[in-house]
Amino acid sequence: MNERPVTDVSGLPTFGHGPRSPTWWGTLAFMALEGTGFALAAAAYLYLAVSWPEWPLSAPQPNHWPGTIVTLLLIASLVPNHILDRYAKQCAIVPVRIGLVVMSLLGLAPLLVRWFEFPALNVYWDTNAYGSMLWVLLGLHTTHLITDVGDTIVLTVLMFTRHGYSGRRFGDVGDNVFYWDFVVATWLPIYLLIYWVPRLG
Amino acid sequence: MTGADLTSGRDLRAEAQAKGDLAPEHDGPRDTGMEQADLQRWLERTWRTPPGIIGALSSVDHKVIARRYLITAFVFLCLGGLNAVAMRVQLSGPQRGLIGPDLYNQLFTMHGVTMMFLFAVPIVQATGIYLVPLMVGTRNIAFPRLNAFSYWVYLSGGLFAWVSFALNMAPDVGWFAYVPLSGPEFAPGKRADVWAQMITYTEVSSLAVAVATIVTILKQRAPGMSLDKIPLYVWAMLVTSFVVVFAMPAVMITSTFLILDRLVGTHIFNPAEGGDALLFQHLFWFFGHPEVYIIFLPATGMVSSIIPAFARRPVFGHLGMVLSLIAVGFLSFGLWVHHMFATGLPKLGASFFTASSMMIAIPNGVQIFCWLATMWDGRPVIRAPMLFVFGFFFIFVIGGLTGVMLASVPLDLQVHDTYFVVAHFHYVLIGGSVFPLLGAAYFWFPKITGRMMSERLGRLHFWLAFIGFNAAFFPMHIVGLWGMPRRVYTYPAELGWGNINLFITAGAVVFFLSFVLFTFNLVHGALKGAAAGNNPWEAGTLEWATPSPPPSYNFARIPVVTNAEPLWAERDALPVATGLRVDARELLVSTVAEAHPDIREKSATPSIWPLFAAFAVGGTFLYSIFTPWAIVWGALPIAVTLIGWFWPKGDLEDEE
Ligand code: HEM
Ligand SMILES: [Cu+2]
Repeated sequence: MNERPVTDVSGLPTFGHGPRSPTWWGTLAFMALEGTGFALAAAAYLYLAVSWPEWPLSAPQPNHWPGTIVTLLLIASLVPNHILDRYAKQCAIVPVRIGLVVMSLLGLAPLLVRWFEFPALNVYWDTNAYGSMLWVLLGLHTTHLITDVGDTIVLTVLMFTRHGYSGRRFGDVGDNVFYWDFVVATWLPIYLLIYWVPRLG
Repeated sequence: MTGADLTSGRDLRAEAQAKGDLAPEHDGPRDTGMEQADLQRWLERTWRTPPGIIGALSSVDHKVIARRYLITAFVFLCLGGLNAVAMRVQLSGPQRGLIGPDLYNQLFTMHGVTMMFLFAVPIVQATGIYLVPLMVGTRNIAFPRLNAFSYWVYLSGGLFAWVSFALNMAPDVGWFAYVPLSGPEFAPGKRADVWAQMITYTEVSSLAVAVATIVTILKQRAPGMSLDKIPLYVWAMLVTSFVVVFAMPAVMITSTFLILDRLVGTHIFNPAEGGDALLFQHLFWFFGHPEVYIIFLPATGMVSSIIPAFARRPVFGHLGMVLSLIAVGFLSFGLWVHHMFATGLPKLGASFFTASSMMIAIPNGVQIFCWLATMWDGRPVIRAPMLFVFGFFFIFVIGGLTGVMLASVPLDLQVHDTYFVVAHFHYVLIGGSVFPLLGAAYFWFPKITGRMMSERLGRLHFWLAFIGFNAAFFPMHIVGLWGMPRRVYTYPAELGWGNINLFITAGAVVFFLSFVLFTFNLVHGALKGAAAGNNPWEAGTLEWATPSPPPSYNFARIPVVTNAEPLWAERDALPVATGLRVDARELLVSTVAEAHPDIREKSATPSIWPLFAAFAVGGTFLYSIFTPWAIVWGALPIAVTLIGWFWPKGDLEDEE
């Protein structure tokens, strides 16, 4: 078929931040499907909780302190996370490098506390279904935490190489910020489910 | 359209460079004003799949990957069909001693698993991988390496299931593997673990494809392809991909919970320790019902492509069709509970779900009405693809009617787990999906191979398939009403079910033979068919603007769209955009609603790492059947391969 040029796109930028970039939409889609997984796991927990009147099934209540510390750390991390986002949008390499180091550390810190969270549940995964669900919920979130921290660290290293100095990489930093928000946001309902729902009963 | 109103707002690159913060982008030759022959040479060099075996394994071309997907899914269809024939031979008469109960359990489980997870869903997604980028006028799918990864995951998941079958380790608990039958108590050994891990594993690939499809459609449409100009097939794939995103996690959760119960002793489905077996069914059918629409919606999109091409006019009621697709997508989630009528739900709940099960008939009815109106208004030319569309109408309507019957609770309780149900869902699945797929195969084969399939053999194929199908499955309604249960390996002679079962088996064999004929037609067409040309059916959508088969870069210049059927609106010259680089894999990224060009972004180059990553993930899943520590040890190779995948190589290929 013949062609008839009608428009010239050579002036367009070669990268974009946020919803302008396909990667952002891909990240959003992954959040949607992982969020669905979280919601279904939470629904399964509540389904069992309302099925059994004596929930939490003759297990002691969890000690909420490690989980609460994780919650506070995660909430606090949102501030530098969003500062980092601003610098990424400005394509400012030095503050972005600093911000990524900070975020790597702020990702590792809750993981350390998380280590103590599992024993603080005061129940094992094979004790009863209540214990199983607590471990599953906590495990699901921990997996996300680990993968996102790993991702952040790799990106941090990348930004210190010559590859970092490119528009596309700044977009990646923005998407990393976005995903961390998701990891924090999914934790809050799980925190309530794990530590406060058993106290209702 | 002028350059100015196409670029939206700010020029980030200029801004960033003014701050001195950004490495200067390398610039290279553009397609502006380039001679066609030069242009094609440049683009071919930039976009081709590298030569050699490593090159082939590194390919990220959506067409190459889709072809692999299609062929693999077709092989699984044949394997699943062989299972079905084996079952039918065993059931052709009372008390045949051919196949014992153990093997029979494996056969129907492998048949169901293969058809649902390894054939039906992958093949509709694979068709999308091939067609969607061409239909929206872009050079490659979004996230091409993820797309390559998903194929390797799918292939190894399928091999995993079938190798375990060969090793006598195949699951034998039915395709939906209900607990407690699949739980640690009643299913010792590894069979149910194979089911659980294989499910999780193949759904990883399905989800990855869905994400890539969604982003391709939202962000990579040709300039001007606003929401009202998106082809109906592409709409169908968009809705389907959303259904996948929200439904597939449910089955992954189900299978993960199951393997945890079996492997590390959790009690999620164990009522003795506070779990609940019904929870399994809720989670499973939250996926399982939408699954039917994941298979069916793309098929309606295919029908919406075939009918206008042969009726020579756009589909009647484009907007109504789009709204129906979206409505079906939404409603598909409301209905899972009708699979559980026999489990004793509260009364009000049951009537609610009966009503909503019937409601889905409305948007489906709208679609059928619009198709009929299109044909009424046009002058339909009857070729092989259209015959399969007619077959689809006929079979699917019967399947829909028996579905409405089953949606009524009293009848469902009566025929639950009899052959009536087997007949119903084969009418829906094969009528709703396999027949449109066969029509689609005849329709798009010339695009994919550059050659035509034989029309004569195509017609013969249709009649053989149509008669064989109905002969095999219609009588199943009757034996079902007589009370013949499903999933039994034999039955006593006194019940008098022998003759009708013999008839059913004969029909099944005819149906199977029709696929042998189809295979012959495919191979013969690919090797010896007449040359097809760009647009043998004179259809209107963008995939037909490319040569057949399309070159690695799809379009020499990106088309600009002014109409839902661009090739009918622009008969002599296709409006195109210029200004993309030809020495790097540049894509045009556009805005979501209006499809204004927004960014020139680079697309990923070929890479072997997705294959390695799939190996790492696959090995981890396989090993996890034996020990939960596999997850811990497997994390390391997975991390390494992912870093290899995402690590940029240099400036030009600095992407993914
Ligand atoms: C040659 C064509 C086919 C034949 C002769 C056939 C035959 C059968 C038979 C006899 C059963 C019942 C087994 C039993 O309950 O004892 C069955 C089950 C089933 N079929 Fe097919 N089938 C065919 C094609 C398909 C296709 C194309 C699909 C899906 C797209 C499919 C999906 C299923 C499913 C999901 C089950 C249920 C398996 C289970 O109970 O676990 N079949 N098929
Ligand atoms: Cu259903």
